[in-house]
Amino acid sequence: MRLSATTGLAVTALLRNKMRSALTTLGIVIGVAAVVMMQAMGEGATAYVGEAISGLGSNMLLVTPGARARTFGGAPIGVPLFTAGDFDAIQHQAHDISQMSAVNARVLQVIAGSNNRTTNVGGVTPGYFAIRQWGVTRGRLPSLEDDRQAAPVCVIGQTVATSLFPDQDPLGKEIRAHTMTCRVIGVLEAKGATFGADRDDLLLMPYSTFSRRIVGGDRIAYIFASAASSDQLDDAKAEITAILHHRRHIQPGEIDDFNVLDPREIQSVLFTVTGVLTLLLAGVAAISLAVGGIGIMNIMLVSVTERTREIGVRLAVGARGGDILVQFLVEATTLSVLGGVIGVAAGLAGAYGIAHLIRVPYVLPGLAVPLAFGVSALVGVAFGVVPARKAARLNPLAALRYE
Amino acid sequence: MATRIEVRSAAPPVTAAVPLLSLRGITKVYGEQDAAVCALDRIDLDIAPGEFVAITGPSGSGKSTTLSILGCLELPSDGEYRIENIPVQGLSRDVLAALRNARFGFVFQTFNLLPRTSALENVALPLVYAGLGAGERRRRSLRALAAVGLGDRVGATPNQLSGGQQQRVAIARAIVNDPEVLLADEPTGNLDTRMGAEILQLIGRLNRERGITVLMVTHDPTWAGYAGRQVALRDGRIVSDRRNPRR
Repeated sequence: MRLSATTGLAVTALLRNKMRSALTTLGIVIGVAAVVMMQAMGEGATAYVGEAISGLGSNMLLVTPGARARTFGGAPIGVPLFTAGDFDAIQHQAHDISQMSAVNARVLQVIAGSNNRTTNVGGVTPGYFAIRQWGVTRGRLPSLEDDRQAAPVCVIGQTVATSLFPDQDPLGKEIRAHTMTCRVIGVLEAKGATFGADRDDLLLMPYSTFSRRIVGGDRIAYIFASAASSDQLDDAKAEITAILHHRRHIQPGEIDDFNVLDPREIQSVLFTVTGVLTLLLAGVAAISLAVGGIGIMNIMLVSVTERTREIGVRLAVGARGGDILVQFLVEATTLSVLGGVIGVAAGLAGAYGIAHLIRVPYVLPGLAVPLAFGVSALVGVAFGVVPARKAARLNPLAALRYE
Repeated sequence: MATRIEVRSAAPPVTAAVPLLSLRGITKVYGEQDAAVCALDRIDLDIAPGEFVAITGPSGSGKSTTLSILGCLELPSDGEYRIENIPVQGLSRDVLAALRNARFGFVFQTFNLLPRTSALENVALPLVYAGLGAGERRRRSLRALAAVGLGDRVGATPNQLSGGQQQRVAIARAIVNDPEVLLADEPTGNLDTRMGAEILQLIGRLNRERGITVLMVTHDPTWAGYAGRQVALRDGRIVSDRRNPRR
């Protein structure tokens, strides 16, 4: 009863200073919102990495030239690329591989009629579509026969389709890329964006067409392969490594001049990155929460000084030290918890907005909400106790006479 | 609530021989050593139940200090203060708070109402600390406000009230808990003569009709004349203690 009445007094006191209460709360709002937002984005990034990795295809292996992993973009210069012989050897000798594809890519300007676009132009063998589980919405995928004949055909992503052919059917139309012209035989399914990159912004043609007409050589930049099953992933990796050791004359003990990456490795590297990022952001958020707490302590100290006479009156009419302590603690905690509630809401809304803006999945951070809430309450108590004790220990007469 | 009962039941039966409040050799020294100032110098004073005592004297004579000690707002440096024969020294801060809450009502020169708080809430303040429920607080506060003639201004905040009205609210707050003793420190000090007279009449009426013991500090002989007994202080000592002729 006494506690509830004291709580009422605390709330009334806060309402009497709306502006000040609001500004004090703002410190906590920002802190908590930062915590929640960072957590949500960290979890979003993690989920996003997971999604992106699974988007690479199941049981996928990526064979790259060079000692270190280079997963995207052009091939590293000065490192021997793979030959058609390497490719054939893997295809024939590795039994744990179900699909594979040679890959080479360039960023090129492509033109159709009066429209043009700079896009990713790639050469792939049909296995590529099987590994990545990509299909077409219209038309067909390049066939083995297209590859054998180095047919001037291509499939395009949705982005390329809409930008080159804004209001026509792209099927059967011709696109100029570099010095060649190819005919659109299919439009790929929309895949969205990964790592901020539009995965629909591409043009793919048979590998042989790409090497002959665009690169002018038959060296292979990357090899994509997929293991027959997830159990065979390690075996497939070992097979590829052994075959390439043999073909590239690498002695035991020498450093490999190629890399066989599987999704788990890529994932673990990326998870490490997002983990560190999340931790850093959480640190920043924690600091802002502490700053918010100091704001509460500051304003409560001001409030205690300013209301010294009020405290004196309360003590004179029979308030005990404990009553005063509770009142100021409740005031501080009310401010911080209110800030916590608003902060959680603002943080979730902010995270949702940013997730949309940078096109990563929005994950409701499970732990962050109760955590931010609990921490904000704790901040109120922790930073409120010093001013509250100061108030509770005032001498009634001195407080009454305070000017 | 428990403290309140304890405080009351601990008192022995009040007899004519036992004064309500009793000061014996009360000394109050502020500051230390060289800077020490003796505000009260071995005061002896007995207050019987139902008395209306004016404490007079020039400023610095120790009259406010006497009132503060009587109201348990501070403890004497030396001497013994007994309330119904119970020594106050050695009581904890919390018990002193409960004592103030249950047995004393305070009225100050500067009113000391909580700003931006309605008259009703101001008056209800002691009841909050007495542990009463909201309904009971409201009922008793309304009754106290009616008793001081402000039954129609219960929702007004102090800045909407005149000085005299504010002091009435303060008096309502002082009597809302039905205390035995009303302690008033220059209650008319911030009021003009007419309002001051009204406040004095109100205090006198509470003393006569409810039997509340009143101790009032004033430096103005006119107001002191309202009391039944005048105690004059000078330099921390009682220089005269006499009964006023009945008015």
